[in-house]
Amino acid sequence: MSGIEQVREVGPAQAGAAESVAMRPAARPGAGGVQARARAALQDEFLRGAVRFTTDRLRGRKQAAAEELGRWEEWRERGRQIRAHTVEHLDYYLRQFVDNLRAAGAKVYFAVDAHEAAETVAGIVREKQGRLVVKSKSMVSEEIHLNHRLAEDGVEVVETDLGEYIIQLVHEAPSHIIIPAIHKTRGQIRDLFAAAGGEDLSTETRDLAAFARRTLREKFLAADVGLTGCNFGIAETGSIVLFTNEGNGRMVSTLPRTHIVTMGMERIIPAWADLEVMANLLPRSATGQKLTAYMTVITGPRRQGEIDGPDELHVVILDNGRSAQLGDPAFQPVLHCIRCGACLNVCPVYRHIGGHAYGSVYPGPIGAVLSPLLRDGEQYADLPYASSLCGACFEACPVKIPLHDMLVHLRQRNVARGWVKPAERAAFGAFRAVFAHLGRYRLAMRAARILQRPLVRRGRMDARVGPLRGWTQSRSFPALARQPFRERFPALVAELGPAGAAGMESAKARPIGEAHQQAAMRGGQPNGVSDPAGPAGGEHRG
Amino acid sequence: MRVALFITCLVDNLFPQVGESMVRLLHRLGVEVMLPAGQTCCGQPAFNSGYAEEARAVGATLLEAFAGADYVVSPSGSCTGMVHHYFPELFRGDDRAARLADELIRKSYEFSQFVVRVLGVTDVGACFPHRVTYHPSCHGSRLLGVRDEPQQLLAKVRDIELVPLPYAEDCCGFGGTFAVKMGDISTAMVAEKAAHVAETGAEVLVGTDMGCLMNIGGRLAREGRPVQVMHLAELLYEGVVLAEGRRVG
Repeated sequence: MSGIEQVREVGPAQAGAAESVAMRPAARPGAGGVQARARAALQDEFLRGAVRFTTDRLRGRKQAAAEELGRWEEWRERGRQIRAHTVEHLDYYLRQFVDNLRAAGAKVYFAVDAHEAAETVAGIVREKQGRLVVKSKSMVSEEIHLNHRLAEDGVEVVETDLGEYIIQLVHEAPSHIIIPAIHKTRGQIRDLFAAAGGEDLSTETRDLAAFARRTLREKFLAADVGLTGCNFGIAETGSIVLFTNEGNGRMVSTLPRTHIVTMGMERIIPAWADLEVMANLLPRSATGQKLTAYMTVITGPRRQGEIDGPDELHVVILDNGRSAQLGDPAFQPVLHCIRCGACLNVCPVYRHIGGHAYGSVYPGPIGAVLSPLLRDGEQYADLPYASSLCGACFEACPVKIPLHDMLVHLRQRNVARGWVKPAERAAFGAFRAVFAHLGRYRLAMRAARILQRPLVRRGRMDARVGPLRGWTQSRSFPALARQPFRERFPALVAELGPAGAAGMESAKARPIGEAHQQAAMRGGQPNGVSDPAGPAGGEHRG
Repeated sequence: MRVALFITCLVDNLFPQVGESMVRLLHRLGVEVMLPAGQTCCGQPAFNSGYAEEARAVGATLLEAFAGADYVVSPSGSCTGMVHHYFPELFRGDDRAARLADELIRKSYEFSQFVVRVLGVTDVGACFPHRVTYHPSCHGSRLLGVRDEPQQLLAKVRDIELVPLPYAEDCCGFGGTFAVKMGDISTAMVAEKAAHVAETGAEVLVGTDMGCLMNIGGRLAREGRPVQVMHLAELLYEGVVLAEGRRVG
């Protein structure tokens, strides 16, 4: 769903960024922690500019599209219900889906992990003696590192989604679920294409898209195998639904004689009626479109008498850590995700570091939750800390996945498993020892007020020492007050006297919500009466 | 009306003037405020870092401290949000604590919420002749659901020039321990926030959470920008005093 959109999105502000084609090697999974990768990304002004530009556009459009539809919260809730119900009964719907797929003439494979899935696809391609594979966008194919596996067999794989095509040219991974080349500027893309085609190009969308179209058209016609993902699998008919914007999905799924689908096992919806809800939620959340440009529904391979379609349809259904989330109340909802990327577009962390800094196939808030869940181990254990827990991701999610809560629960899991630094554990042990007991708390604060003295200048601390360094490297820290509030309070109360006597009329307790009504009645009315406009009225200026 | 102040560890130790403004303002609105002694902190720093046990031990100080209060009011949407959003799961399994947590949730409010929803006041009679911009804190708005209350209060302030903050809903990069643990990312976020604040030309940045305000304020100070950072209670109280001074004059 990314290509044309991508090129159009990269604005004129970056059009002059030609020299930047210097293809910085993208951060790769495992290359240091998320902190180190983020630090590198933060130095990259092209990346940050490009990500800011496009996510800003997408946010604005999403908001407009949600308002245009109306009753967005009800749509979200319906979306959540559909996904929660499906995942709750995944065994049932998956079986129904597979039975119907087979009845429609497809061959179905289950893959326990990424390796098995990649081997399965490689096996089908080998059996079909495929030399050229054309692909439309598929995050699962990234998850199983399929291109790499096929290349080992000497198979040429061509990404036909424009965004994917761009990053394939620079040998990078997608940095966004929907907009794989979001981190590239228009100027960078022009230079890439010019180098690939040996011709001069402008930075105009039309020219860039035309170049890709010319190049890719030959590939569509020559390919032996077409490879797609699957946005939704409809259980009641065994249909594969693809949402694309460039039409490449249709080329890939109809022109080659063999069509292979790779999909996650949770990508099911029960019925066609549910597709209406998803068809409203997904494009609006992803790109702010009312509808995706192409919604393709594939039910089995080409049947007798049909003109279009492949001879064979193979569907590879991937587990790779998904089923481990089933039955876990804290993490099962991660399987509700419909891969729209809305959480990336609103995430203030993603905004500054882009997708590669996450070092996993799935970036952004959903990646910070999904990656450590799919691959249980320490490799992605630091991703849940790459969030300020602001909750923007949850607010943007069209199926209401509580990502902010899951990030906290993943941190809890790290603590439980001992995947934390001893110094951190000791610090929170000390926090507990001090803050759980009033006497110790007061004593510790008194000590801190004394200890801070050498560091305080004009009521602030700027010294880059100790654990404060992360803060003071870029901002001042306020000094502890000479006298804490709780020590001032008695004098304050004595000064003020009874409420309402300080020259101002008091307000009337006037609860609004029903929930407050009872409590307010219990609280009774304070002395004095005021009008609803406020105690001071209008004539107050001297 | 017996209102207990949930002062929060941050305001208690770093920003006592915020607590003072809040008490003085509530007093003028006819509310008598108590400060239950046993409270320390809601435990959020530990909880958000994954240390639930530690958070439970600390958060429990609130359960006991506020057991007798009719209302609990706090100068922080984040700390109140911690109580509302995470106390149920934190105290699940301990019947007495769970019941106290449930009671606390039903009677606790963030400052602006309390003034607008419970007291039914939007005009506190303040006058504040300055250019002001407002940063809505993420936890207050998203976890606790404080959306319009601060603006409702600010809208009734005389002579105030309220200017919208670009990208207002974007997190300032505080996030508790995030600001230290992921210092570089946090810095990029607060630098952008400070730039947006500066862009407004406001003399004062107002908010409802001192965590966010000390983050943005710390950045503004480091950049040498002459923007004053105020909690909403401080601005309103200062405005009330100013209005009275004018009325007398």
